[in-house]
Amino acid sequence: MYLSAEDWSAIRLTLELACIVTLLLLLVGTPVAWWLATTRSRLRNVVGAVVALPIVLPPTVLGFYLLIVMGPEGPVGMLTRSLGLGGLPFTFAGLVVASVFYSLPFVVQPIQNAFMAMGPRPLEVAATLRASPWGSFVHVALPLARPGFITAAVLGFAHTVGEFGVVLMIGGNIPGKTQVLSVQIYNHVEAIEYGQAHSLAAGLVVFSFVVLLVLYSVGGVRNTLGAGR
Amino acid sequence: MTDLQVACRLPLADFVLDTDLTLPGRGVTALFGPSGSGKTTLLRCVAGLARAAGRVQINGECWQDDARRIFLPTHQRALGYVFQEASLFAHLSVRANLEFGLKRIPAAERKVGWDAALALLGIGHLLERGTERLSGGERQRVAIARALLTSPRLLLMDEPLAALDAKRKQEILPYLERLHDELAIPVLYVSHSPDEVARLADHLVLLEQGRVLASGPTRDLLTRLDLPLALDEDAAVRVDATVLSHDDTYHLTCLGFAGGHIQVTRKPLAVGARAHIKIQARDVSIALAGDNRSSIVNRLPARILGFGDAAHPAQCLVRLEVGGAPLLARITRLSRDQLGLVEGMSVVAQIKSVALVG
Repeated sequence: MYLSAEDWSAIRLTLELACIVTLLLLLVGTPVAWWLATTRSRLRNVVGAVVALPIVLPPTVLGFYLLIVMGPEGPVGMLTRSLGLGGLPFTFAGLVVASVFYSLPFVVQPIQNAFMAMGPRPLEVAATLRASPWGSFVHVALPLARPGFITAAVLGFAHTVGEFGVVLMIGGNIPGKTQVLSVQIYNHVEAIEYGQAHSLAAGLVVFSFVVLLVLYSVGGVRNTLGAGR
Repeated sequence: MTDLQVACRLPLADFVLDTDLTLPGRGVTALFGPSGSGKTTLLRCVAGLARAAGRVQINGECWQDDARRIFLPTHQRALGYVFQEASLFAHLSVRANLEFGLKRIPAAERKVGWDAALALLGIGHLLERGTERLSGGERQRVAIARALLTSPRLLLMDEPLAALDAKRKQEILPYLERLHDELAIPVLYVSHSPDEVARLADHLVLLEQGRVLASGPTRDLLTRLDLPLALDEDAAVRVDATVLSHDDTYHLTCLGFAGGHIQVTRKPLAVGARAHIKIQARDVSIALAGDNRSSIVNRLPARILGFGDAAHPAQCLVRLEVGGAPLLARITRLSRDQLGLVEGMSVVAQIKSVALVG
């Protein structure tokens, strides 16, 4: 088992990306999940379907359109340039943004299912005990939906670690900047360095297995994941 | 200003909930009616959990007034709400559940003390438990204490005993009675059990299909024969009595009430103690005055006030007055005609059995 400096750099970059993305996903996904779980708006199904798109779309399709939107001619690209932030494609930041979109359904759905399983009653009870809507959300809804959040965080993290197509489209293959684990494995295979490819690939297999094992042992995964899909 | 005014109008699936009630600002008021008559919805409107058109004013404090565009959200209403099923927060211990509401009200507004609430509901020994390790009755007692600890100006109870078996009900009822006796908090109590109503409520609101059939003191309404209440198999009157004496030879206890004396099998009560008794219509028969011999001990002179329908067409209910106290008797129509019973007639009410209800 031999790992080069570039391999280590890819591992470090992947973990960094997954941590940042997971955090952002929880921040973005929670209000989306809450809205989907509680709204009576007719837009609910539309938004739900949009959020779920990455589950069925090939990552290359998602990556392609993100590249166009964030590119020099795209609306987001023009915005970031006019703000002096530069372009997003082929940067770590671009990778983060793309990953958030790509893994969003894996975070939103478990949280949404947990909120829906909880039902309106606990919040009504909290209101009769003088808790404001925000207080009810923080002190009742969030703790009661904890299994959903654990599932969401683990799935979001693991899914980000494992992404390939979107990374390739949006981030390219820049060592130390956007060259993550899955791309590095691809590089090794291309170069017929099967030994190194093995080391990284086996590592990912073990990692994924352990993550899922933990998830199923903690329980709640069948409730929060199975119900929604 | 010491009253509860609840004017609500809300279209529901099958009918329109439409009430305009003025209720006493103290004591227990029961909202009584069959399932699906709008009782719970009315309670939710008072709490602000459901939004009806109208006005809700609680002892001078306005919670909703559409005319003035006032609608306080639930968490700004000084109310306590006990839900039908156990509604404790599963992620909190009993203590944390109790503190949840308590810590959200200013110290100056805390009128119900921590120790008093624990003692009243008998839950002091449960504090450190998780909620999953409580029995159904214990959960409901904790939920009631949790609501009380917010020192509400109105306590709303939505069939708090409905999810419990008969034994648990008997376990909780005494606590509810103590609540009634020891706290000055007005209570709106939803129920479809005549037994609970007779035992707990001072005032009664009869609901059917979202409309108020009658609203008045419980004692009056329970014996009114034109209301569906009396039709019930368990038609009964509740009487407040005092323990007068004990008879050691025959193992009897003599109770005094407005209508005279009643002998019951010996009860472990002190002389002078208050006793609530329930006399069911099916345990009261009628004899003509004059013949004094019978195996039935309790025979009281009574006057017939009127007749009404019973659940079964073979029977009828007779409304009696015994020295000013109301009494119901259920007899067959055949007996009524054979004895020639008519309104205003003096008869003897024979009471076969009496239940002590605490």
